[in-house]
Amino acid sequence: MSTIIGQSLSKLYGHGDATVMAIEDMDFQITSGEFVGIMGESGAGKSTLLAIMGAMNAPTQGSLTVEGIDVYGLDSERRADFRREFLGFIFQSFHLIPYLNLEENVMLPLATIRAPRRRKQAMAREALAAVGLGDKGHRLPGEISGGEKERTAIARAIVNQPPVILADEPTGNLDSKTSGEIMRLLQELNGKGSTIVMVTHSRECACYADRIMHVADGRLAEAA
Amino acid sequence: MTLKQIAIRNLLRRKGKAALILCGLALGIGTVISVITYADAVTGDIKHKLEKYGANILVVPRTESLSLNYGGINMGGISFEMQELYEADLARVHQIKNARNIAAMGPVVLGAVKVNDRPVMLAGVDFEEARILKPWWQVNGRPPAADGLLAGAEAARVLELQAGARINIQGHPMTIQGVLKPTGSQDDQLLFASLPAAQRVLDKPGRVSMVEVAALCTACPIEDMVRQISEALPGAKVMAIQQVVQGRMETLMQFKKFSFGVSVIVILIGSLVVLVTMTGSVRERKEEIGVFRAIGFRKQHVMRIILIEATLISMCAGLIGYVAGMGATKLAFYFFSGNPSMALPWNLPLAAAAMGLALAVGLAASIYPALAAAHMDPNDALRAL
Repeated sequence: MSTIIGQSLSKLYGHGDATVMAIEDMDFQITSGEFVGIMGESGAGKSTLLAIMGAMNAPTQGSLTVEGIDVYGLDSERRADFRREFLGFIFQSFHLIPYLNLEENVMLPLATIRAPRRRKQAMAREALAAVGLGDKGHRLPGEISGGEKERTAIARAIVNQPPVILADEPTGNLDSKTSGEIMRLLQELNGKGSTIVMVTHSRECACYADRIMHVADGRLAEAA
Repeated sequence: MTLKQIAIRNLLRRKGKAALILCGLALGIGTVISVITYADAVTGDIKHKLEKYGANILVVPRTESLSLNYGGINMGGISFEMQELYEADLARVHQIKNARNIAAMGPVVLGAVKVNDRPVMLAGVDFEEARILKPWWQVNGRPPAADGLLAGAEAARVLELQAGARINIQGHPMTIQGVLKPTGSQDDQLLFASLPAAQRVLDKPGRVSMVEVAALCTACPIEDMVRQISEALPGAKVMAIQQVVQGRMETLMQFKKFSFGVSVIVILIGSLVVLVTMTGSVRERKEEIGVFRAIGFRKQHVMRIILIEATLISMCAGLIGYVAGMGATKLAFYFFSGNPSMALPWNLPLAAAAMGLALAVGLAASIYPALAAAHMDPNDALRAL
């Protein structure tokens, strides 16, 4: 069964003469359990495409279906629920909350769900252990390295076991050794059944993907 | 991790901002509490002092005659026998519903006598009550004893009386023990004796010509007291000296209105401080709010975080504001009222009202920033995707 289906997706920014076509008439299909890389030049539209897949940026035209759900047919609050249940985000700049320790950061996606505190803690510790930070849950983001921040961001993305993980340049701020570790971690998650869609500039990182979607001038140029 | 914990952690992290909001709100609440408490205390004090401004209710016998006296000018020629009230009946006035609002009640017996072959009005009064009813009296000499007399300034001049002079009034030898300084009232024309002495001289035992009452009732109209006294003394005509009463009430009301006006302005300023600081704080947290929204927080969850923060700060501000307000009131008593011993009226309802007001102002001023946060586009907020 296809996990993510984009049909005739277009996204316009601005009005009148200042209109910019960020994405134009894109059709794609990502199947469940796939590891897909999105590559392209800066400004090609890959981040816009990821934002649309992330239910955060409504397309001007076209539709996005995830697990049979018409994402942009949902109202704003239901889209938030959809993001919580179906998607895990990994940001290039980590976006950890500086005043929460790692365990609390990882627990964030669980903050709005009704579950006993102990269960939430257990889930967060399990996710941290899965990324190799089981013993650092009490530390603040300011006290750990870039690689550990990225691992924490991954733990936060997987804590509620969403079927799809969206990663925006997950190794963009890391050295090559740490990048390799992160990519192996993502590959491992993919191996456990998670669908991963990753925007990257790096050919080394792209090698970990099952398939690459090339974006150029707002269009899908080719699929390899 | 819960929304409440997120809110608390954020407050602890941004202590400076939280302290600014807390101070702004606490200052506003403190000022309101201080102004209200001070106004209440001073109103009570003014009320107490105003009671000393003299009589504001007159009780006279009922009569069908019309007075031919205006502004102290007597058109003369007509004299009439005035009925008197009975002193024993006056006890009933102390049983009226608002008896506690009577500060002083002074029965007066009046009658014409001759001194040195000149006619003069003798007034029998209760000198103890007269201290409250006529606080403007200043006596050269000493207040009279049982058979002593107090001469009005004009009466003393015309009759050539001085303190220590002995005179005979209708066969009763009496001593002038004091002379009133000029008052500008009809008191200047009279001789005053104690009520029993005057009743004896005028041969009016147990009778009084009129009664002066000093009363102040902020919780009820003066008309109510007039009605109650009229019912207690059916044979008497009871009149409120309206100008005096209205003047007193207006003074109190103006003071209170001014106090509340100041309070409203201070609260508005306090709420503006909360609004501006919270809005700034939300803008600073744009990225954080973007993350919350991206990982599945609903708009209401984001709003709840902001409003929980506002609630916690407001509750602290209410408590601090109340205590600070009471402290400021105590200082105001010391520096401004000239009466540092004035009692500080600690009261639970006012403390609860302070908390309620702080919450209402804090939450009302935080609604806009909370809505702004909730409606933040996660995509714009993050810019990473």
